[in-house]
Amino acid sequence: MSRRAGIVGVAESDLGKTPHLTVLSQQATASVAALAEAGLGFADVDGLFTAGGWSWSPAIALAEYLGIQPKHLDGTNIGGSSFEAHVGHAVAAIEAGLIDVALIAYGSTQRTDRSRNQPRPATLAEQYERPYGLPTPVGAYALAANRYMYEHGVTSEQMAEVAVSARDWAALNPKAYYRDPITVDDVLASEMICEPLHKLDCCLVTDGGGAVVLAAEDRWPDVAARPVVVLGHGETTTHNGIAQMPDLTVTGAARSGPAAMTMAGVSHTDFDVVEIYDSFTITVLLTLESLGFCKPGEAGDFVRAGRTGPGGEFPMNTNGGGLSYTHPGMYGIFLLIEATRQLRGDFAGARQVTDAELALVHGTGGVLSSTSTVVLGRG
Amino acid sequence: MEIAVDTESREFWDGVAAGELRIQRCEACGHAVFYPRALCPSCHCDRLVWIVASGRGEVYSYTVAHRAFGEFATEAPFTVALVDLDEGVRMLTRIVGGTVAIGDRVELEFATAAGNQLPCFRPVA
Repeated sequence: MSRRAGIVGVAESDLGKTPHLTVLSQQATASVAALAEAGLGFADVDGLFTAGGWSWSPAIALAEYLGIQPKHLDGTNIGGSSFEAHVGHAVAAIEAGLIDVALIAYGSTQRTDRSRNQPRPATLAEQYERPYGLPTPVGAYALAANRYMYEHGVTSEQMAEVAVSARDWAALNPKAYYRDPITVDDVLASEMICEPLHKLDCCLVTDGGGAVVLAAEDRWPDVAARPVVVLGHGETTTHNGIAQMPDLTVTGAARSGPAAMTMAGVSHTDFDVVEIYDSFTITVLLTLESLGFCKPGEAGDFVRAGRTGPGGEFPMNTNGGGLSYTHPGMYGIFLLIEATRQLRGDFAGARQVTDAELALVHGTGGVLSSTSTVVLGRG
Repeated sequence: MEIAVDTESREFWDGVAAGELRIQRCEACGHAVFYPRALCPSCHCDRLVWIVASGRGEVYSYTVAHRAFGEFATEAPFTVALVDLDEGVRMLTRIVGGTVAIGDRVELEFATAAGNQLPCFRPVA
């Protein structure tokens, strides 16, 4: 049997608006903190994983900045789901004996930079979509939401429950960007951005960075933190541009989810806590269905009346999510950080999911374009 | 918006200038192909020929953008749709000359967005 891999350290950098940080210093500060939690140092890191659009090669740019020369580099960029994919790749490298310790890092200063949607020519396949002016990514998710509502009769009120529960969790998280409670009516009354998505159906635009450290199990005796074991992983892509998505109501989660769960030998009812990328409220409904937690068209009912909120029977997005906690462009690394903390039992009171032993972490990238799923268990 | 026309897209944009919606069809498997490319994404052969689409289709989904960015900001609100052409391909487009619902029939009409002439669609009366 191949050796196991576990998450042994996690950390965020400063979040929100961080004009005092660059994408590199964000990743450095988060990496220092995550390694310190593990009781490891940069000399222990032999695999480096990062994703971003801030360098022609983010992995080697970050390695240089950190002053390390790792023997394993992975700059896989599949959007916000990159970091769950990095976990899968790191686990494979650890199992194969290629590396012992992997550092996964991310940073973004998009809020400070106001960097989205800068003018640039429409190249390659973009030239058939971008000239129509659909605001991206929200417009693509709005197209999916309208089709989903048409097929299943799901309402904006049902979708809004996702944002309300996220905010209820955020109220318990001092690091969350927005913490004041909201109601379904507040979501529906917020500015219409792209029908049927209102402003409060949309994720935040923040700065922020994060880091996750994985180690092979023979290193766990040296590690300061309680390891969280990676039990399964899966990733896939269905399309790049939204016009090429085969079915706007089914995401790649229908493949990456079962792959991860089969590898872990677990089923839907086994999970104590679930962290699902919430770029938009619709993203969560589609993902719950594609993962198989409920049948097509039933996700609106599944999330009703605070079932996914604090104290609910299906704790989900327990940090407040991309909707209320933070969303620096590619959010996936923060899903891993939160799931790890829940499984270690880092929190007190209502912020902590009781007896959290098994977590599902699911990233979505691009315009529902890529998905990656990780199953984590208490070590 | 500047469009970086390339060797694969030139025939499409030449068609737009000539008032035609040009797509590809695979001679081996018969699949219609859009956007244009060098191999059939269905059977992966390279025997693709250009055809002129009928310009008729059906709305698969749509959204009204109330906010838009850059040079599109002043055009909002506008309707962007995914239209399934009768030939069997889906394209992103704009709806002009009326409102639509999912499942509505639409037909080709050229219109301008951010300075570019583009294939758009109008509701069929």
